[in-house]
Amino acid sequence: MNARLWTTIVLAGAGTFAMRASFLAAAHRLADVPAPVRRVLRQIPPAALAALVLPAILVRDGRVELLAARPVAGLLAFVVAWRTRNVALTLAVGMVALVVLEHL
Amino acid sequence: MTDGATPGTSLRAHARAGALDILPMLVGVVPFGLVAGAAPAAAGFGLAGALGFSTIVFAGASQLAATGVLADGGTAVVAVLAACTINLRMVLYSASLAPYLAATSRRSRFAVAYLLTDQAYAVSIRRWAGERPGHDPPGRARERLAFYLGAGLTLWVAWQLSTVAGALVGRAVPDDVPLTFAVPLVFLVLLVPTLTSRPARVSAGVGGGAAVAAAGLGAGPLSVMVGAVLGIVAGALVDGDDPEPGPAGGPPDGGGPS
Repeated sequence: MNARLWTTIVLAGAGTFAMRASFLAAAHRLADVPAPVRRVLRQIPPAALAALVLPAILVRDGRVELLAARPVAGLLAFVVAWRTRNVALTLAVGMVALVVLEHL
Repeated sequence: MTDGATPGTSLRAHARAGALDILPMLVGVVPFGLVAGAAPAAAGFGLAGALGFSTIVFAGASQLAATGVLADGGTAVVAVLAACTINLRMVLYSASLAPYLAATSRRSRFAVAYLLTDQAYAVSIRRWAGERPGHDPPGRARERLAFYLGAGLTLWVAWQLSTVAGALVGRAVPDDVPLTFAVPLVFLVLLVPTLTSRPARVSAGVGGGAAVAAAGLGAGPLSVMVGAVLGIVAGALVDGDDPEPGPAGGPPDGGGPS
């Protein structure tokens, strides 16, 4: 038994669960949300998704790169996503573009 | 939407819809799960350690970060802090989903919390955008719960299976097949339809820009949280009062066509 490993797993699991449960646990008090809170809550999807997507496409090994395979493939995928909103097609175009660009 | 169906069948249909919605995301999740299984095994923590991370923590990037700290000889405290910092964004998802599930039992909401991931959050908030949880028809919250659990459990099973595979056979996917690029691409498809109003575009622009800047300055995985919070603040500042009561938490707020 590796004490350091299992201490980490259990505490990281507990901390992560606490963060996941934070607002959900109190949700019965949130059914009718006042307007100012609603104004904050509705920013979460665009802000969080953009913060998740852009660094994954534009930053590699801690460096911002704009003229590389990933950003260009990402831009192509964005155009497809914008026009079609189709997950499979966006994935296909983005992945093929990346593989092609990386092997040029 | 579910008119005429008996409650049981209808809930099952909602669960199936959730599972189907999250299915395309597995293209990015499975290779990530293989790595999350292979890394602890390579560090000498075995299949048990890999599965311990995947079932108890169940959050990919933080599992890899904690494994990395331990493999480098770091203490449990540092590993736990690394993992929890990366998962801070879960607080935002929790707040965003809470109004939609307020009418479900607390025990159900704890299950929702355990299964909360980027993917389960993203498909659910897309599905529920535009709904007004304060004015639900009876039973709507349970349908949302069924949808969410269908999506969340599908991802959970895929994550555990790919963890086991990764721990047993190592990273089966060669490094030059960039399957992990599928992860941001899928979130890109989910991001686009949220950009329906000026405040939403400000949130996304500031959020994405700040996250890139933070990552470029060495914030690592924490950059997601930094970007998201700055984006939310910026969007909320330019967001006016509702012209009429708008949907809580959902992206479309009655702004003009994009």
